[in-house]
This record gives sequence, structure tokens and C-alpha cells, in this order.
Amino acid sequence: MKRLLMLLPLVIFLVVAVFLYRGLFLDPSELPSALIGKPLPAFSLPSVEDEQRVITAEDLKGKPALVNVWATWCVACKVEHPVLNRLAAQGVVIHGVNYKDDNAAALKWLNEFHDPYQLNIRDERGSLGLDLGVYGAPETFLIDKQGIIRHKFVGVIDDRVWREQLAALYQELVDE
Amino acid sequence: MKRLIRGALLGLFLVTTAQAAIDTYEFSDEAERERYRTLTEELRCPKCQNQNIADSNAPIAMDLRQEIFRMLEEGKSNDQIVDYLVDRYGDFVRYKPPVNAKTMLLWYGPVGLLVLGFGVLTVILVRRRRVEKAPASTLSETERERLAQLLDKKDS
Repeated sequence: MKRLLMLLPLVIFLVVAVFLYRGLFLDPSELPSALIGKPLPAFSLPSVEDEQRVITAEDLKGKPALVNVWATWCVACKVEHPVLNRLAAQGVVIHGVNYKDDNAAALKWLNEFHDPYQLNIRDERGSLGLDLGVYGAPETFLIDKQGIIRHKFVGVIDDRVWREQLAALYQELVDE
Repeated sequence: MKRLIRGALLGLFLVTTAQAAIDTYEFSDEAERERYRTLTEELRCPKCQNQNIADSNAPIAMDLRQEIFRMLEEGKSNDQIVDYLVDRYGDFVRYKPPVNAKTMLLWYGPVGLLVLGFGVLTVILVRRRRVEKAPASTLSETERERLAQLLDKKDS
């Protein structure tokens, strides 16, 4: 009994050490989304290309898709853009939310760098962004065919992120 | 003189930039202003994580301040406003997390550790007292005589 008690500090140390070691590799800036498992918030906003065209959450249903929150003022979005172009060419469905942006600048950007988005929602006032809990572009949501948010990725999607994290999740949603 | 003018100009510049960071909201009464202050101080900015919404200059914090002001004007209660933000950003935005199964350890862990510490301390103290009392009762009459003899021998 005494012997075992003497081991107690070592055990406590090991438990704490394991926790702290794990903590070294966690990214505190990555917040779990409060919206996982919930449907896309209801909205009714014009599209980037055509102000008369109104897009609602219903329009995003039917196929699993990536919903990419982007803006021309977002430097990291520029890095991400070619990757999205490539994914769109592979047949991945990507919708855009142009978040708190100048629409003319957005159109120019799409003209210059190619447009990977099937639907591009014009969220000039950031109301949809707020409902989605967006705190910094780029952010990407994975939705299933019922329009339920299944996953959220904060930051730049590069080839590695796609290969290692998102591709499998997207495939799963397609196969559902 | 030139230095004085330059200093004054610099001072003026600093004053204007300092004011630029402060939003100007017209509250309908003092109680509402007070509620706005507590809410923005208790809610955490999702972008700049160690600042509250009141302190942060991030665009998202600015939006959230405006959103909180709007909801106050609409007559929403504090709980409704906090819930609105938690629905979007998760429990993360609260500097005061709610008590639930997930946060049990956070809320009651320290108290638990304190009680455990006192428990261990009590056990140690009780044992020590027992050990202190022990010698008097365990030595027999002859043993005690022998002990006295031995001690005397050493002294002489």
C-alpha cells in the first residue's frame, strides 16, 4: 500500500504530461462550429453576378457541396482560389459566400482568376456570415444534400488539407 | 516654439486616433448602457481570442457590438442576446461558461481538489498523532527500566 502511494506523484505527473503534450499540437484558434448538424441558416440574398437573382438556402440543397466564405480583401482567399478552381474542375460542387465585400471588386476577381462557384451569394452586410458564425475568411462549410452543415474548416484549403481532411468527408456525403 | 507646435499637433493626432476606435451608440437610458457594457465585457471575440468584444478592434467584434446594440434596442433580454451569439459561435464566446456535463470539471474541479487536499492532510495528521502516542504504550515495565539504564550509562 505504502509503495503504491509512493508511485502516486509519478502517476499524476504522467497524466499531466500526456495532457500537456497533446495540448502542444492543438490549435486554439480553431473553434468547433456551433452549427454542425444543423441546417444552413435561412437567408434570401442576391447573387454576385446578378442582383435580380435571389438565392435562398433551398437553392443549396440537392447535392453535397462546399460553401466557401470568401472576399477580395482576404489575402488568404487568393492563395486558396486556385485550389478551389482545380476542385471545381474535378467536379466538386462549390458555392461561394462573398462576405462583406465590394461587389464590383468581387466580379473583377472572378473574371480575372476564374469562377469556381456554382452559386455565389452576395452577403455585402455580412448577415449570412454572422448567422454562420464566420469570424474570418476563408471559412468553408461542408453541407450534405439536405443542406445540413456537417463540417467546418477554418483557413486556407490547400492540396494537403483537401487530401488529408476534406476529400474523404466530401466523398462520404456524396456516397450517402 | 517649433517644437511646441509639433508637439501640439502630435497630441492632436493621438487624440483623434484614440477616439476613432470608440463606437458612438445612443442608448435610450443609463440601464441599457450598463447592460451593453456588461455584455460586451462578458462576451469573447471569436477572432482575437484573448480579448472581449468591448476591447477588440477586429471587424467581427465591431459587427458583434453593433448586433448587441441592435438587440438591446429591440428589447431583448441579456440571456436572449447571449444565446443568440452562443448559437452561432458556440460556448466559446462566453467568458463565463455555463454549468453542464462538459464544464463540470472546470467549475467543481478546484473545489474537489481542495476537499481532497484537506482529506489527505487530515489522514496524515491523525496518523502522526497515533505514532506520537504509540511509544508510551508499547514499552513494557522491564523495557522501560532497561532504556533508563542504557541512557544513564551513556551519560556517565
